[in-house]
Amino acid sequence: MRYGPLAVVLLVAATLGGCNGGVLDPKGPITLAERQILFNATGIMLAIVIPVVIATLGVAFWFRASNERARYRPDFTYSGRIELLIWSIPLMTVLLTGTVAWIGSYDLDPPKPIASSTKPIKVQAVSLDWKWLFIYPEHGIASVNHLTIPVGTPVSFELTSSGVMNSFFVPQLAGQIYTMAGMTTRLNLRADHSGTYRGMSANFSGDGFADMYFNVDAVAPDSFAQWVASARTAGPVLDAQSYAALVKPSKAVVPFTYRSIADGLFAGILAAVSQPTVEGLCVTYPNSMRAER
Amino acid sequence: MSISLLGKLSWDAVPLHEPIIMGTVGGVVVAIVSILSWVTLKGYVPYLWREWLTSVDHKRIGIMYIVLALVMLLRGFADAIMMRTQQAVAAGGAQGFLPPEHFDQIFSAHGTIMIFFVAMPLVIGLMNFVVPLQLGVRDVAFPTMNSISFWLTASGVLLTNLSLAVGEFAKTGWFAYPPLSELQFSPGVGVDYYLWSLQISGIGTLLSGVNFVTTILKMRAPGMSYMRMPVFCWTALASNLLMVAAFPVLTALFAMLLLDRYLGFHFFTVDAGGNAMMYVNLFWVWGHPEVYILVLPAFGIYSEVAATFSEKSLFGYRSMVLATMAICVLSYTVWLHHFFTMGASASVNAFFGITSMIIGVPTGVKVFNWLFTMYGGRVRFTVPVLWTIGFMVSFVFGGLTGVLLALPPVDWQVHNSLFLVAHFHHVIIPGVLFGAMAGYNYWFPKAFGFKLDERWGKAAFWCWFIGFHLAFMPLYVTGLMGMARRLQHYDVLAWQPWLLVAEVGAVVILAGIICQVVQLMVSIRHREELRDTTGDPWNGRTLEWATASPPPAWNFAVQPRVDELDAFWAQKRHAFAKQDLPVQRHEYAPIEMPKNSPTGFVTAFFAVVTGFALIWHIWWMAGFGVLGATATLLAFMFRTEDEVEISAEQVGLFDRAHSVEVSL
Repeated sequence: MRYGPLAVVLLVAATLGGCNGGVLDPKGPITLAERQILFNATGIMLAIVIPVVIATLGVAFWFRASNERARYRPDFTYSGRIELLIWSIPLMTVLLTGTVAWIGSYDLDPPKPIASSTKPIKVQAVSLDWKWLFIYPEHGIASVNHLTIPVGTPVSFELTSSGVMNSFFVPQLAGQIYTMAGMTTRLNLRADHSGTYRGMSANFSGDGFADMYFNVDAVAPDSFAQWVASARTAGPVLDAQSYAALVKPSKAVVPFTYRSIADGLFAGILAAVSQPTVEGLCVTYPNSMRAER
Repeated sequence: MSISLLGKLSWDAVPLHEPIIMGTVGGVVVAIVSILSWVTLKGYVPYLWREWLTSVDHKRIGIMYIVLALVMLLRGFADAIMMRTQQAVAAGGAQGFLPPEHFDQIFSAHGTIMIFFVAMPLVIGLMNFVVPLQLGVRDVAFPTMNSISFWLTASGVLLTNLSLAVGEFAKTGWFAYPPLSELQFSPGVGVDYYLWSLQISGIGTLLSGVNFVTTILKMRAPGMSYMRMPVFCWTALASNLLMVAAFPVLTALFAMLLLDRYLGFHFFTVDAGGNAMMYVNLFWVWGHPEVYILVLPAFGIYSEVAATFSEKSLFGYRSMVLATMAICVLSYTVWLHHFFTMGASASVNAFFGITSMIIGVPTGVKVFNWLFTMYGGRVRFTVPVLWTIGFMVSFVFGGLTGVLLALPPVDWQVHNSLFLVAHFHHVIIPGVLFGAMAGYNYWFPKAFGFKLDERWGKAAFWCWFIGFHLAFMPLYVTGLMGMARRLQHYDVLAWQPWLLVAEVGAVVILAGIICQVVQLMVSIRHREELRDTTGDPWNGRTLEWATASPPPAWNFAVQPRVDELDAFWAQKRHAFAKQDLPVQRHEYAPIEMPKNSPTGFVTAFFAVVTGFALIWHIWWMAGFGVLGATATLLAFMFRTEDEVEISAEQVGLFDRAHSVEVSL
């Protein structure tokens, strides 16, 4: 084989996907839909790309200088019909994939709540140097480098950063979204199968970046309630003082939980990054161009 | 507090405790010293100074650009193979051989060097050498400015490499996103090295752009209307228009970050109203056109190669021109696809997703045009053709993954992962690098008068082609498995086998690079057998083949007249039709040529001094550097004579000695 096309790689990856825990092994409605888009678009384009590659190799081989049987046509340099064809083929492909992009962008928009009969739970995620803080404002607890969520219940995230930009990413449950200081981004996901999924920061953030990963435990709702109850009985309290200690740079932090949290902590983290002139800046940006502040 | 005359600079800046770095620095110093002493002992210094360092000849400058790029390719590749090796071993609990603070510098330097100091000089070097010859003119519009451009690029290269021995390089990734690149999170000199190197070389690039836009618009041979211009010149025009429009954005952006870092401004800081999203937007407003600055001239090379070696005119020339200019314009409408993950609204994401796909249309058209150029041709499988076909069959898959990344829902899943890394190497290596290699093999005989060895050239191609796929296809897989880019170590053992395959690929690419070095050495040794005396070794179609190889400083003894597309091919055909008629003797006229000037070299010397001083906060030295550079430019502006006359006899003597088969 002179060339192993990407199709083979994707196929191999897809078969491995069953056990590798990546984006080809989705465990929630969002990632399932995203994988479908990936497959659809790949299929549409392979239908064009593979014939083009075969034609390229075939034409180059047949019209080799040593082939006496190939007809030399030095004046074949323009054909209106072919021109029309070669502009329309990519145009139609783009029409198809463009439609997929348009629909997908709206349907799977990260801030869009997931339709569900169960009430979503709220989680506030903060990227710190170099660990993740997850605050459960409705439950009054918080955890570091570990996220526990109930299966079948939508989880609605508000995300920010203490300083450097990171990207919150759990490949099997949702696409990634940046965390930025002084700003809030939003993300919704739901786990449909219980299990432990790998989450991480996907955007490089400094020396401790490689250890900025965490496990997401998707557990049955009663187990989740149990976990909340037990978290409330042990561990330190998260207030301004202990947050100040936590925010100091540290690497590979072992997961732990806070038994209670001070009120308005997330708002406090956002405000700690004071932005006195922000209004002046925002008027020049249309709302759609910026993450929500 | 005492103020040191040397600013922040002290012996601590030299990483004496790092064996890998000190070993490299030692090796490089020994190599430089031995080359310099060899040159001095052999007495080549006056020759080098007169014929190369102060030359304003576009061909010489082009060759120097390419030499610079090839040397930096070795540096960038050394970084690459260190990264691949680190990721191949640092699985589970292992930390590999590179600590984070070193690994972070390596991937930042790799990206910066490969884009700014390999791809850019390769492309600009080829344009420098080829464009005036194809246009049938004697030089670029501003020859001395061309020399300044080159030497400023070299200054950037020097500063970047200096960071290896003195201080550190940026640890922020090659796009240096704030807030990470702000003083608060990156207090060292690394980001300053990055910023000042790119500011200085960026001025050079901007001047290059101005120079070539002017040359192409104003200086074509008589009769060469726009629609008779070779396609490479069209792509060069598009590329240089992009340079002129895009590089000022980068310069302004870096100026803002420098103000943040040096004077406590708050453009992109986390506090006091700074907004890092502004940086990300502006960076890619430059960054995406930059991709096309690099790849459009490569498309031009493929077009020239496909036409020449199929012995046919390019299929759909007008289509090709239209596609090129469409890409030139559309490249400014796609920048947001670099950050669909930043939380913009669905409408914004959808809009930029679709524009990003639309730019794939003219690119797709080009692929079909090359295909139909070969159709009905007589394809000679020379080394440039191998690179071209290798590009075509590979690049379409890179384009495929590019469209996937332009789909916001897919992008959220694979952005910042090794899938992304695999994608942009999949377009830049087969797109730009294969093109530059095709151009290098194609125009080498024009530059030096002898061909490159075919056997070693083909071996190099196959190593690169196979090595590239081995090195980057596994990264698509690990990306889909959820592996982020830039990981110094990782805990998921399932990724490791794929990264080991990628490591093997990197070694195969190394074999390709070695083949290229051997190819050059073998070709120099066998130059007499490989000699081309006709000036037209490939049966070429465009005007660069209508003069001697290597061309004289004045390019053409008599300026050619152009009556149709593929001017030289047409003239050969006409000459063949009337070969029995007596050949007309030329009337030679004296030629005014621009005089050599040390302005570029001296300005660049002062630019390095200024950059270094600013990086280390040595204010007096920075002042000295700025004064020196200004004085040099002033001295150039007030010159009294800037041209030398080549006498008609000299021109005639050369022309008769190197008569091209077809007299023009």
